[in-house]
Amino acid sequence: MAKKSLTKKLIASPYLVWAGIFIIVPLVIVVYYSFFDANGEFTLEYVSEMGKYKNVMLNSIWLGFIATVISLVLAYPLAYIMARSTANVQRTMMMLVMLPMWMNLLIRTYSMMILMQDTGIINSFLEKLNIDPVHMINTQGAVVLGMVYNYIPYMILPLYSIMAKMDHNLIEAAEDLGANKLTVFKNIILPLSLPGIASGFTMVFVPSVSTFYISKKLGGNTFSLIGDVIEMQFKSANNYNLGASLSLVLMVLIIICMMVMNRFTGEDDDGGVLI
Amino acid sequence: MMEDNVIIKLQNISKKFEDDVILDNINLSIKDKEFMTFLGPSGCGKTTTLRIIAGFLESDSGQVIFEGKDINNLPPHKRQVNTIFQRYALFPHLNVYDNIAFGLRIKKMKEKDISKKVYEMLELVNLKGFQKRNIASLSGGQQQRVAIARALAVEPRVLLLDEPLGALDLKLRKDMQVELKNIQKRMGITFIYVTHDQQEALSMSDTIVVMNDGKIQQIGTPIDIYNEPKNAFVADFIGESNILDGVMLNDFKAKFSGAVFQCLDKGFAVNESVDIVVRPEDVDVVPVEEGTISGVITSNTFKGVHFEMIVDIDNFKWMIQTTDYYPVGTRIGIQIEPDAIHVMKKSEYSGMYGDYSSFSDEIEHLSDISEEEE
Repeated sequence: MAKKSLTKKLIASPYLVWAGIFIIVPLVIVVYYSFFDANGEFTLEYVSEMGKYKNVMLNSIWLGFIATVISLVLAYPLAYIMARSTANVQRTMMMLVMLPMWMNLLIRTYSMMILMQDTGIINSFLEKLNIDPVHMINTQGAVVLGMVYNYIPYMILPLYSIMAKMDHNLIEAAEDLGANKLTVFKNIILPLSLPGIASGFTMVFVPSVSTFYISKKLGGNTFSLIGDVIEMQFKSANNYNLGASLSLVLMVLIIICMMVMNRFTGEDDDGGVLI
Repeated sequence: MMEDNVIIKLQNISKKFEDDVILDNINLSIKDKEFMTFLGPSGCGKTTTLRIIAGFLESDSGQVIFEGKDINNLPPHKRQVNTIFQRYALFPHLNVYDNIAFGLRIKKMKEKDISKKVYEMLELVNLKGFQKRNIASLSGGQQQRVAIARALAVEPRVLLLDEPLGALDLKLRKDMQVELKNIQKRMGITFIYVTHDQQEALSMSDTIVVMNDGKIQQIGTPIDIYNEPKNAFVADFIGESNILDGVMLNDFKAKFSGAVFQCLDKGFAVNESVDIVVRPEDVDVVPVEEGTISGVITSNTFKGVHFEMIVDIDNFKWMIQTTDYYPVGTRIGIQIEPDAIHVMKKSEYSGMYGDYSSFSDEIEHLSDISEEEE
């Protein structure tokens, strides 16, 4: 018995060490930098500086939210169609969804820049059709589009996996009891896919809110997101304490958002929910 | 056109999946308030027929007539039939009450009437007090009852049951058989039941439809099907049978196993070759000198109620059941009464069944298991 539990501990130890070094310790450092100044004295100075960035913070959450909702609206029907297709079609579609993820984020974002610039591919195409060019780059819309483009696979995958697992008999049983297509969707498919929606929501919302690269490249210098501000604290302003406290506050806000989200999707012990 | 009492009529139903013929010209009339069973091995087309009646599948040709009206193009949610699925298909995100109320809410019934109906159904299936329970917390038998309550709550004219007891253990299955039969009588509705279990079919049904290879082999009461099987397939599938190659010498005179026997069958051509069925329990064991034919016992198994012997008669292995014990190697005499002999026309199944030369209890047992797992 004792020997067995020792083996268990041994097997678990690399993961525990990993979690300790790369999750617990960094978190402790972030908390430390947020509340202690260079002399090691406790201070609320950095946290209270937050007020200055309130608008940036809210804007980041708002844009992340919009991007997540758009991803959901686009991904849901696709995931449903995928789950109902034959095995071959499913494999091909899955491949197409995954393919962009194999490419570097930088390259993906640069190619979006080239597409959306004032003299970019889309506008030169419009010009040929004698349509006035559209200003796209360096707008909030471009940033949202970039978020959707980069993170939508993380919405499709959990939705697809939960829909593929769904027992088709349930749909037939509902039809059998008199439900038309709309009722089947509303009363069966949608409630059963809520855990997938919740995990997709988390996986798109969190990176969207904290992104700095997408907003920098596609949003230009016209506005910044909280990710940009945090990056600036570490890279140019050299204010680690403020950067850490901004990260901490962002983390808390995201956790609150996710808790609200989980409230909407029912029990949080349903498989697939991340937080 | 409408015949008396007929609630569902299948006319020339055929169905192919890719190149496989699943149903080949099915014609069938189902009477109102009847307990009808589709019986056959897996892949015989029984579930496909059920799904076509429910509306989940469309046949390639032919018509489904419900009370004189063609319902071919009616989607499942508009048909007055409900299905009990093999794995119950209860909605996991709803509790027992809401599962049973599902169909009633779609009908937009008042919540007061719904509640009355749900409690009535819970009582019918012996699940009083279970209304708040989570589906996942129920046993297989309880889930089955909820599925029955859910389907019956919407008052269908016909209930379709797709191997509903397949996932239950033997004891529970026997209990549920009795209960289902009682529910059917009490509700006064038509049951169409699909199973591969002949015992289940014999004990529950008013009418049995034996199917194989996408064709109906025989339609009849359980007693007809057992006593007067139409061909070697039916004789073999329902109960145990010794099926022998024989010749009808004349009316009431059949020759098989090298001897001539009196029988009750007539209407065959002179010297027409036929299949002869003799059930193992209908063979009389007598001293060798009194027997019409004789043979040597090659194995003997005690079954509780009787002994089951394999007897080599003229190089054909018979199964014979007796209540007396004879040791292996004994030569015994055989007598068969005229009413124990059943003569069948030759069919595509002649010679394929009814010989116990490769019989062993173990193989029989294994094949039962693999069939149940499907």
